[in-house]
Amino acid sequence: MLLSIKGLAKSFGDLEVLKNIDVEIEKGKVLSIMGPSGSGKTTMLRCLNGLEQPDKGIFTFDDGLTLNFENKINKQEALKLRRKAGMVFQSYNLFPHKTALENVTEGPIIVQKRNKNEVNQMAEGLLEKVGLKDKMHLYPHQLSGGQQQRVGIARALAIEPDLMLFDEPTSALDPELIGEVLTVIRDLAKENWTMAIVTHEVQFASQVSDEVIFMDDGYIVEQGPPEEILKAPKEKRTQQFLDRILNPS
Amino acid sequence: MFPLNNMVLFSITGDLQGWELFVNSLLPMFLGAIKYTIPLTLISFTLGLVLALLTAIMRLSKSPILRVPAVIYVSAIRGTPLLVQLFIIFYGLPSLNITIDPFPSAIIAFSLNVGAYASEIIRASILSISKGQWEAGYTIGMTQNTVLKRIIIPQAARVSVPPLSNTFISLVKDTSLASLILVTELFRRAQEIAAVTYDFMLIYIEAAVLYWIICFLLSLVQQALEKHLERYTAT
Ligand SMILES: Nc1ncnc2c1ncn2[C@@H]1O[C@H](COP(=O)(O)OP(=O)(O)OP(=O)(O)O)[C@@H](O)[C@H]1O
Ligand SMILES: [Mg+2]
Repeated sequence: MLLSIKGLAKSFGDLEVLKNIDVEIEKGKVLSIMGPSGSGKTTMLRCLNGLEQPDKGIFTFDDGLTLNFENKINKQEALKLRRKAGMVFQSYNLFPHKTALENVTEGPIIVQKRNKNEVNQMAEGLLEKVGLKDKMHLYPHQLSGGQQQRVGIARALAIEPDLMLFDEPTSALDPELIGEVLTVIRDLAKENWTMAIVTHEVQFASQVSDEVIFMDDGYIVEQGPPEEILKAPKEKRTQQFLDRILNPS
Repeated sequence: MFPLNNMVLFSITGDLQGWELFVNSLLPMFLGAIKYTIPLTLISFTLGLVLALLTAIMRLSKSPILRVPAVIYVSAIRGTPLLVQLFIIFYGLPSLNITIDPFPSAIIAFSLNVGAYASEIIRASILSISKGQWEAGYTIGMTQNTVLKRIIIPQAARVSVPPLSNTFISLVKDTSLASLILVTELFRRAQEIAAVTYDFMLIYIEAAVLYWIICFLLSLVQQALEKHLERYTAT
């Protein structure tokens, strides 16, 4: 078990967005998170790398790092948590004033203080892996959405996180660009990266995931292997949701 | 008689007129610009920018101990005339036994002024950078200070270039106020010449043209700079 989460809760003011969630993320496995808009998927992912501070919950990592959010965690702990996970955003959030290569090398060189030459080589390798070696000296605005998102993936991989988080990585893309990004994520799954992916792509989720979570209204409604949750869900809410996205009227 | 305390003015006498007066006045005014107007602008702008960045960051801080002094400073400077600020520093402070020469007095007043106005520009530019940029920095492991330094400020700097260039060009013109605290910059030279020759129209027009030329050249630089920065920003 890479990460085990118990009793995760988060409110924004009076709005309870996550209500007592238990999740386990297994090393080398892919977890997909599905559910209707507003169900708390993004919030959960953001809690996993400390972009949101949970109100409650205990995170236990396989290396012994334990964070109990009952008491406010300190800056050091927050930073440790953040550096465990790499995040890929729906809107890419690339640094517009840096080239593709510089976007990827920024974390390892500035934060991790690793050797510049080694990092540059590693970063070129990562950009090659996402199919963008020939574009590495271009700025984000010179790249298509799909290309930007692939740079985003390379940037997250570069800090060598234990866990990769994806928040609807293809939702902002034109349909013809979705495939190239999903292909990259599939390749990562084959390399046994541990990943948690929020997605509405049912087909993709069923191919790539080891486990699927269906969330609604701040709860995990149903959880299990993709064949079960996506092909034969037990819960009515899951069935209705899948119906809606598979047969949009 | 107006005291002709400046060596450059020796060749200008009351009988000079027209074209000859115009040509003979050019050098003293030009030297006033080179020795005072331009250094005053450059030094005040540089110091003002440092002050502005500091103030902007203080104003964005969550801690009231940092925020409140910054808010008061900006409000006080923006809410009072620059000329009054100059007079307080040069004519007012001596009564507290603090006497500062004209040129450094002007530097202090103009720097404080630029600091306040530019801090608002910088603050707005920092706020204009999307939250996603902060978060992207955090997710690659950066601390808040590192994100500010590496990700936010470089982008905010680009956003602030056009409005800051305007502040700079305004400052060139505002330095003429320093003539009132005896800094012998371009406009004070003009006043001194006019006082001897009584040809106010010619001399003040000449001063105006010189300011115009300086500002026109600066606006060319501004355009080039903006064009240069556009290369990096999304279209
Ligand atoms: N920073 C915030 N402040 C206040 N409310 C928030 C904040 N972030 C999220 N919320 C609210 O929390 C709820 C869950 O939001 P969240 O973004 O986690 O949903 P989601 O499942 O990712 O939805 P979507 O599919 O639309 O992305 C929503 O009602 C949202 O309005
Ligand atoms: Mg979301």
